[in-house]
Parts: sequence; C-alpha cells; structure tokens
Amino acid sequence: MTRYTPLDYIGRNKPVWCAGCGDYGVLTALFNVFSQKKIDAKNVAIISGIGCSGRLPDFIKAYGFHGAHGRALPIAIGVKVANPSLNVFVVGGDGDGLSIGAGHFPHAARKNIDMTYILMDNSLFGMTKGQFSPTSPCKFESGSSPYGTLEEPMDPIALSLIYGSTFVARGYSGPSKLNDLINLIRQAMEHKGFSFIHVLSPCITYNKVVTFQSLNAQVVDIDEKHEITDRNEALALALREEKLYVGLFYKITKPTFGERLITISEKCGKRGLDIERLYVNFT
Amino acid sequence: MPTDYVIRIAGESGEGIVLSGEIVTLALSRSGFNIFTFSTYPAEVRGGPSMFQIRTGANRLRSQGDSVDILVALNDDACDENLKDLNEDGLLICDGTPEKQLNSPFDKKVINCPIPITEIASKEVGVYRCKNMVVIGALSNLLNIDYSIIESVIKEKTSRKGSHVLEKNLLAFKLGFDYAEIHKTKPIPYNLGPIGKSEKLVISGNEALALGALMSGCRFYAAYPITPATDLMEWLALELPGVGGVVIQAEDEISALGMVLGASFAGQKAFTATSGPGLSLMVELIGIASMAEIPSVIVDVQRGGPGTGMPTKTEQSDLNLALYGTHGDASRIVLAPTNVEDCFFQIINAFNLSEKYQLPVIILSDQSLGHRKESIRRPVMADIKQSKRLRPGDDEIKDYRRYGLTPAGVSPMAIPGENAGYYVAQGLEHDEYGSPCYDPENHLRMTAKRFRKLQNISGDINMFEKYGKQDASTGIIGWGSTEGAVRDAFERLDAEGYGVEVFYPKVLNPLPDKAIRNFLKNKKTILVPEINYTGQFAMLLRGKYLKQVTPLNICGGIPFTAKEIYSKVRELCNR
Repeated sequence: MTRYTPLDYIGRNKPVWCAGCGDYGVLTALFNVFSQKKIDAKNVAIISGIGCSGRLPDFIKAYGFHGAHGRALPIAIGVKVANPSLNVFVVGGDGDGLSIGAGHFPHAARKNIDMTYILMDNSLFGMTKGQFSPTSPCKFESGSSPYGTLEEPMDPIALSLIYGSTFVARGYSGPSKLNDLINLIRQAMEHKGFSFIHVLSPCITYNKVVTFQSLNAQVVDIDEKHEITDRNEALALALREEKLYVGLFYKITKPTFGERLITISEKCGKRGLDIERLYVNFT
Repeated sequence: MPTDYVIRIAGESGEGIVLSGEIVTLALSRSGFNIFTFSTYPAEVRGGPSMFQIRTGANRLRSQGDSVDILVALNDDACDENLKDLNEDGLLICDGTPEKQLNSPFDKKVINCPIPITEIASKEVGVYRCKNMVVIGALSNLLNIDYSIIESVIKEKTSRKGSHVLEKNLLAFKLGFDYAEIHKTKPIPYNLGPIGKSEKLVISGNEALALGALMSGCRFYAAYPITPATDLMEWLALELPGVGGVVIQAEDEISALGMVLGASFAGQKAFTATSGPGLSLMVELIGIASMAEIPSVIVDVQRGGPGTGMPTKTEQSDLNLALYGTHGDASRIVLAPTNVEDCFFQIINAFNLSEKYQLPVIILSDQSLGHRKESIRRPVMADIKQSKRLRPGDDEIKDYRRYGLTPAGVSPMAIPGENAGYYVAQGLEHDEYGSPCYDPENHLRMTAKRFRKLQNISGDINMFEKYGKQDASTGIIGWGSTEGAVRDAFERLDAEGYGVEVFYPKVLNPLPDKAIRNFLKNKKTILVPEINYTGQFAMLLRGKYLKQVTPLNICGGIPFTAKEIYSKVRELCNR
C-alpha cells in the first residue's frame, strides 16, 4: 500500500447492512484505526462467523475468512499461530459468539492469543430476521419469543473477565461514541494478548427495545479513576445493573500464547529434522 | 514347520500386558524378525480382559494370524478365555506350579509349562506388578529369545521409572527365565533366537501417520483427545516442536479442525486426527474447507459406532460419513491405507493432494491398523516428494481472483502477509473474486469447478492395488485395513489352485471407476469383506456400478482373520 487514508481500506463489496445499522460504526472505526496506524492491509486477517456482523470482512480491504457459524475464534487461533506477524481480528455477533460459538470464547481468552475480538452486540439474531439472542433482555418479544423470553441475558464483559482476557472493553457504535470506539480498537490492537471489545451495535430493523435511543440514555463513561488492572473492580463495574459502562474495564500484561510456545520449543530443543533420531523410537 | 509364530500374552488391563508385549516385540525385531501385532483392551484404565498378540517370522507378515502358537496367561480367567484359540500342539504358559490342573476340560496336546508368575513376582521379587517381567523371562527361556537383547529393551523401556523399578524388573525377568530353565520338562519346538540384524522399523499405524506427516513438512497439528487416535497427538506433541512445529490441544474437534483451516489459510501444512465421534462434529467445517477451497488433512482412526460405541474396538463404519458427511455437494478426497507402511505413504499423498487441489482430504484408518505394529522398510527422506500450492504471480495479484475458473479447477491461492492478494476465504457461494454470489449459473459453475479438481488426481498417485488372475471369475474387492487378511487368504487360495483376483482402491473418493469396471466386468462372484454391519462399500459398489456383489460383514470389533476370508471364498467357489 502506498496511501493510508480510511478510504484506502474500503473493500470490493458494498455493505449489505440496513442503512443506519450499528455495524457501520465498527466498520468506520476499523478503517480509521488502520489509517491512523498506517497498517498494510496485506498483514491483516479478519476472521468472522455467520450473521450480519460476520459479513464485515467482505467490506474491508484485507485478508478475510468468512467461515462457519460460531467458529471464528478457532480459525483465528490457527491463523495467528501459523503466522504470528499478522494482525488478527475476529468479528462476530452475540449469537455467533455467545450462543453457537460460546464454547470457544473461554479457550481463546485463556490462551491469551494476541488478537482482537470485536463482539458486535445487537441483542438479537438479525440475519434470520429478528429472533431473541443470548443478550436479549428477559421477557424480550421477538419472532421466536412472541410471549417474551424466559432467559436472563448473558453479560459478555463479565464472562470475558472471568475467562481470562487480558484486555476487556466496551464500546458503542452510536455517533456520539465513535471516536471512543476508534480509540478502544486502536488500544486493543496495540495490546499484546487477547483483547475483547463488546460493542453495543443496535439493529435498527428488528430490535425495538435495544435501540440507539435506549442506549444513548443508558451508556456512561467509565470513571477515569477506575483501576484497570484490578479484575475484581472491573467485574463489579460490569455487574452494576443500573448503568451500562463504556470504556476500558481491564488491561494487564501476561505472556501470550505465542510467547509460551517459544518456551516449549526451548524445552524441546531445536533438533532439526534428524530422521535417524526419530527412527530410534522404532528400532 | 510353519514360517511364523503367534505369541499371545493375555491377562487383565493393568497387569502390564501392553508393556510386556512391546518389550518382546522390540526384542524380536532386533533379533531380525518381522512383526505384526494385534491387541485388545477395554476402554477403561483398570480392569477387564486385555491381550497383546505378536505374530513373528522371517518373512513379511500381513495379518494377525489365525490361531495362537504360544499362549501366556497371567491369570486363570485369561487362561480359560484364550485357550480355545491355542493350537492343538501349542505352548501354554499359565500362572501356577507344575501340579496345576487346568480349570476347563482340556484334551489338547499342548505343552503345558506352568510358571508361578504371581508367586515369583509377589514373594521373590516383592512387587506384584512385576508379573509381566516374570513372563518375559519365561518366554525368553522357552522360545530362546536372546537374553541380553531383552535385557537391554527392558532397561530402555523402564529405566525412566527409576533405578529401583528397573532393578526389580530385571530381577523378575531373571527369575522367570531361571524358573523356566529348571522346570521345563519337554523340548520346546520353537526357536526365536536371532537370525540377523533388522534394518526395519517396528511401528504402529498411528505412529506411521504422525511420522509421515512430520516428514512431509506438516508443522501444525490441532486435535482433541479421543481413543483410538490420541497416541498420534502424543507423539507429535513430543516431536513436532523440535522441528519448529506446533501442537495444540483444542477444546473440541470442531475447534481442532477450525484451527487447522486457519493455519492452512495462513500458509501452513496442517492436519488433525480423530475418531468417529470427532469426525461427526467436524463435518460442517469439512464443507467449509471444500467451499472455501482450503487444503486440509483429517485422519479418522475408526472405532466401533454409532454413539460412543466401542472406543477401543475396530470397525469400518465411517465410510459413508467420510464420503458424504456434510450438507451440500462437497468435493473431498478420501484415502484408505491398507497397512502400516501404507499409512506412512498415504498421509504424504494426503498432504500433496490437499495442497495441490486445495480441498479436504480424509484418511480412513481404524483402531486395529492404528494400534498394531508392523515391520516396515525405513523410509528415505529423499524419496518423499512435496507438492506445492499454486500461488498467484505478480500479474495475477493486480486483479486477483482467488476462485478464478481454470480448466483444472485449481486457482492460485494468495497467503496473508505475502502480498496484496486480499480476498475472503468464503463459506458462502461466491464469484471468482470470493464475493458472495447467489446467481444460479454461478453456483453451477463454481460447484463444477470444485468437483473438476477431482478428475486429475489419478495422475498424482496410485489409485489402487490389484493382484491375482485377471480372468478369474471370483473377485475380492475391499478397502482399508482388511487387505492384509485378504492377501494372506489369497495366497493360500492361489496355492491351492483357486482362481481369484483382488482389488483394493487406495482412493475411495474419487473411486478409480475405469479400473473397477474392468475388474468387475467378467466376475461371477464378487466378495466384499467389510468390518461393518450394513456393508457400506458393498452398497456403494452396487449403486455405482450396477453389479451384484456378495458382502462379507463382521462387526465384533476385531479384524478379519485370513481364515475367515479363505473359508468364505472356498465356500463360494465350491457352491
């Protein structure tokens, strides 16, 4: 690449999202982060699952992998371990990451893989035209819950903290917080380890409960005095029900999976391809 | 005199049966003999009947043997259970003193050599667990297996458990040897003294797959532990980091294949191994690999199914899953190695085919093939050819079409980090650029492209093995690990003048149609032996080639003996 304006990262496909969808905020933020950091797009791999947010790699100039529903994290782990010099992003929705693919989230987090996971949360299944999701509020009425949902919603921030993510933040794709979202994604990208950003990204077509309007009234910036290295404090903040905090909850430094892999190689020793030594096992 | 012998060590899981079998196996291999092992054991860690069988002789061996020449029973139950398999004039080593009377009615002319195995281990050695070493000592004496060779194998295999353990093991071994020497009453007609120095490797099917993967340049392995494929991961976990590779234990099989696809997308040769339940979980991503055209290798070491089934028992019942598993029309290659040496070469084929044609390649092994050890020739690194992925040139990058339509169906694959060939590995149907596209003609074009890749592979590898009389009216056609028993049966039938031709495809998808049609053409009787209940391959042959076949199915969790095949063919020929 020779130019690094946000427009230079526009992909070959036009977004298929509804006009006004929250996901545009995330796409715009990514264009800006790449531009600010003058990232060469050939070194970026964006891995996604299925759903509206999973279509994002099609709209951005970079390498992408639009795989199976819920499986973006394992695929991304394979990419990062195979080529640690790549900037690896995972994008997906609340259904992808907390429903069908929920089993992969803890294992990606506790490995502390050096990549950024952006969970775009619209509190329902948008692509299938409006069914409740793991983050829909209780009693939420939708196509598949005409009499209201029975389940309590999951809390992505609390889970991510418990799972062992070393960078946990919440952003909001509303225009008022777009600059903050750009800053969060930039920090996440700069963080060495597994960084998780929960982005409130409302569906303007099917969600009449969680909307830009409702979120505008709910979101509150995390206080500057918040201690980001204290996991208990971060968890307490996440679990406060009266407010929806946005900003950086938690950030610590720990050896990444890649760094720990190097210790394995050291323990094992660089033996090279010594066939006769391998054959000793069998003679 | 027969050219080979079958030794069976039987007891209870936890009595060290496998270790004793491995020690004798290695000692015999070092004495210049060929090896073919067969073992059965329960899925549980402790308790339940377990046995380790070694067929050994000067010539190459292809099946586990029809009956037992030398039976070692570590306890009375094992003796009662296994006696039926012992030859009329076989040698029996059971736990007891010379006065010992056998429980079961017994009229065989066996040479009975009771050894007080438990007593020697518990009282003289002082360690009950050393029973297996007492047995090895007795075997060494009675079969003339070289004392010092066994002694050094025991040292290698057990010294890391500490000098105290090794000392006790060696003592138990010596006491077993001495007891047999003093108390044997009859001359023993078996001599397994050294006949030369073996240059061969004695290796299991799973180890051969792991070794072949490493030697063909694979540096990424992800898997979830599952019997009977786990030892493949353990071997790679030990050895892959030394050559700059990575082994990841994933949280489940879906994740394991996901990681493999991610690593391959990033340019690495990658694979995973599992068994039936794991393959069931992987099928969605197999479809993604097919659709997004990602080179990937998946080993299925089949076990008894369905459900959790019989984890430690063999079966060939995943054929349909491997051939058809996943929704939609998904092109893939399925390979079926026929023996341990073939495992080594088929995984190299698997990597070469997957890299060249950018699709998933499934290898169908099974528990008996994965866990048995055979003597194989030492593979030479220089003989191993590695196919490279087709990469885009500089001019192709300018208007890069990841899924460009080509005559052979293979399109150049850009690798992240290398150049500006940005594209999305696309699970949705897509156009040549990888952009989602649901146009009816496009779907047809792209599906045809993905299947076109299968048309040329006959130029890359040996698609099948065929032997016997071409004009024979009787044929045997099977797949995978049953080939050894079929080969042994064939040789016996051939020597007796029965005209039989045998056909084993190594590639089950795409099948070598022309060669199979030629084979089937003039046959009146076609036997299809399979270790499954429904005859999955027989059904495929009937449907595809419209030819009546005679299925021979067993599904007891153990492999065919040559005798079973031989008897069936004779019965069909004499009908």
